[in-house]
Amino acid sequence: MFLLRDLVSPRTWLAMTQHLVGLVLGFAAIFIVTFGLGFGFGGLFFALAGLPLLGVTLWLADWFARAERARFAFFTGVRIPAWPAPGAPGRAGFRWGIIPRWRTWTEPATWSEIGYALLRLPVSAVAAGISILAWSVGLIMLLLPTYAWALPQGGPTFGDTTLHGRPVLATSAVLGALLLLAAPQLTRGLATADTALARQLLGPRSDLAARVSELEISRERVVGAAETERRRIERDLHDGAQQRLVALAMELGRAKAKFADDVDAAKELVDQAHAQAKEALTELRNLVRGVHPPVLTERGLDAALSGLAALCPIPVDVHVDVPVRPKSSVEAVAYFMVAEALTNVAKHSRASHAKVVVEGHGYPGTLTVMVSDDGIGGADITSPGLSGLADRVSGVDGRLSVESPSGGPTIIAAVLPCG
Amino acid sequence: MRVVIAEDSVLLREGLTRLLSEAGHEVAAVAGDAEGFLRAVAEHTPDVVVVDVRMPPTFTDEGLRAALLVRDRWPKIGVLVLSQWVEERYATELISGRPHGVGYLLKDRVADVSEFLDALMRVADGGSALDPEVVAQLLARSRHPLGELTPREREVLALMAEGRSNSAIADSLVVGGGAVEKHINNIFTKLGLAPGDRDHRRVLAVLRYLGTG
Repeated sequence: MFLLRDLVSPRTWLAMTQHLVGLVLGFAAIFIVTFGLGFGFGGLFFALAGLPLLGVTLWLADWFARAERARFAFFTGVRIPAWPAPGAPGRAGFRWGIIPRWRTWTEPATWSEIGYALLRLPVSAVAAGISILAWSVGLIMLLLPTYAWALPQGGPTFGDTTLHGRPVLATSAVLGALLLLAAPQLTRGLATADTALARQLLGPRSDLAARVSELEISRERVVGAAETERRRIERDLHDGAQQRLVALAMELGRAKAKFADDVDAAKELVDQAHAQAKEALTELRNLVRGVHPPVLTERGLDAALSGLAALCPIPVDVHVDVPVRPKSSVEAVAYFMVAEALTNVAKHSRASHAKVVVEGHGYPGTLTVMVSDDGIGGADITSPGLSGLADRVSGVDGRLSVESPSGGPTIIAAVLPCG
Repeated sequence: MRVVIAEDSVLLREGLTRLLSEAGHEVAAVAGDAEGFLRAVAEHTPDVVVVDVRMPPTFTDEGLRAALLVRDRWPKIGVLVLSQWVEERYATELISGRPHGVGYLLKDRVADVSEFLDALMRVADGGSALDPEVVAQLLARSRHPLGELTPREREVLALMAEGRSNSAIADSLVVGGGAVEKHINNIFTKLGLAPGDRDHRRVLAVLRYLGTG
């Protein structure tokens, strides 16, 4: 059924339009670039008179590339990252606004754009040709039985032979139907290939482009994670220490009022205030440790993680083997990963034992961090805590994996590049 | 007792000075940075010093390094290190060279005045005072298995590691002195340590065992 649906689906006809529009644009592009370069280079022999023409041609090729990126974004939704424009930072440009600099000619971007302008016509011609042929031949063969009688020889002729009879007509109709069904796939497949070619020629090298979009995504995630973290700190300060200090001030105020007539009650209030103050200190201390433990900066992961392990209500084995200290951003991510994992262990896992293993490999190399427990499993990477952790890990180009079948055990591991 | 204080926060410096004076101790000098602190120690040779870990100019561990210096150069001076947070690693550094006459406490403990003064006296006396949080970290990080100890024995071990005397342990667990003595003997047998005769020596053995053994 989906094959039939494809016959009328907008995607198919968008792809066909893409080929046809490409054909028209290709004519213009190949005309301008061939003449521009031809006369431009030819003109060089007449006192360099061709130079401005070459400049205009390069400018037009770049303009065409820009227009084409927009066209692909419109027709296919594929966003091709752009080269910098000539003269923009990262790319050589023109002297006096119009004469191409020498370096302009040695840049891959220049030749990619020219190459693209020259290839547009042949590529679109082939794609449009094949697509149109598939549709029309399919249609002709499918409908053959309905008009065969009207042909001069009573059937289609190939040279001296004329095809007659029902079996021939039936075979033709079946083949025609098959071809028609295949036509949408063919049209779309060619459009995909066309897009890939454009991407290759119009975008920066593809791995670089992939890296850029990856970085864009991870930057977004890191910004989001930082925002969440700030909110958490604000909430913790507001709900915790601040409330305690308010209560403390209140109790001291009451004690002050009571001192004149009821010293014993006042003493009791002072006792309560004293306890409140100590609680506030503990809360602040834990909060600070959660923001960034000073010992991490000063003594590294081993020292910081043993502090974390001690805070965990169940026994935690800590094994740290990091010969060379990684940069502080990586250390911080490793620390928070262990902190988050141990918090989860304490809250949800019902484990009796947990293990933390941190190992450095090579220089600058990678840091692997693993936290495992013998609990009930069922940890979910889409939960707020773990997905925030994944965001932080992606911020240093690391990978996080969570393995937690229900029934356990849970293993949370990350590989963090240190370079 | 003569005390030199190194603490960069004026508020806390004043508070500590007042607290110690009210308890009848003499504050010989106060300093706001490590350099001034070392000069003051050289000048006054106090019985005990109270040092904050974080001090200018880098606000990392200057105070701790100054404390280690005092510990090595003036073995008779007790060194009590105060910190906003405690780390097992700092404690190990502090007790590994000379595990007596040193202390390492959370700043919060100052709020319990009598306990704080008690710890300060112990340190000045050549004993030790470790924050319960540090001890918990040491126990969690112990290089030796402590699984053979009963929960009660672990409690006694923790209190011992904090530097408390037998009678203080007995008070805090609300048991008799004899019971504590028995627990301690069991702990030493189970951990394979030679029984020490005095409080200090036993604490020392425990700290060595937990921190560096």
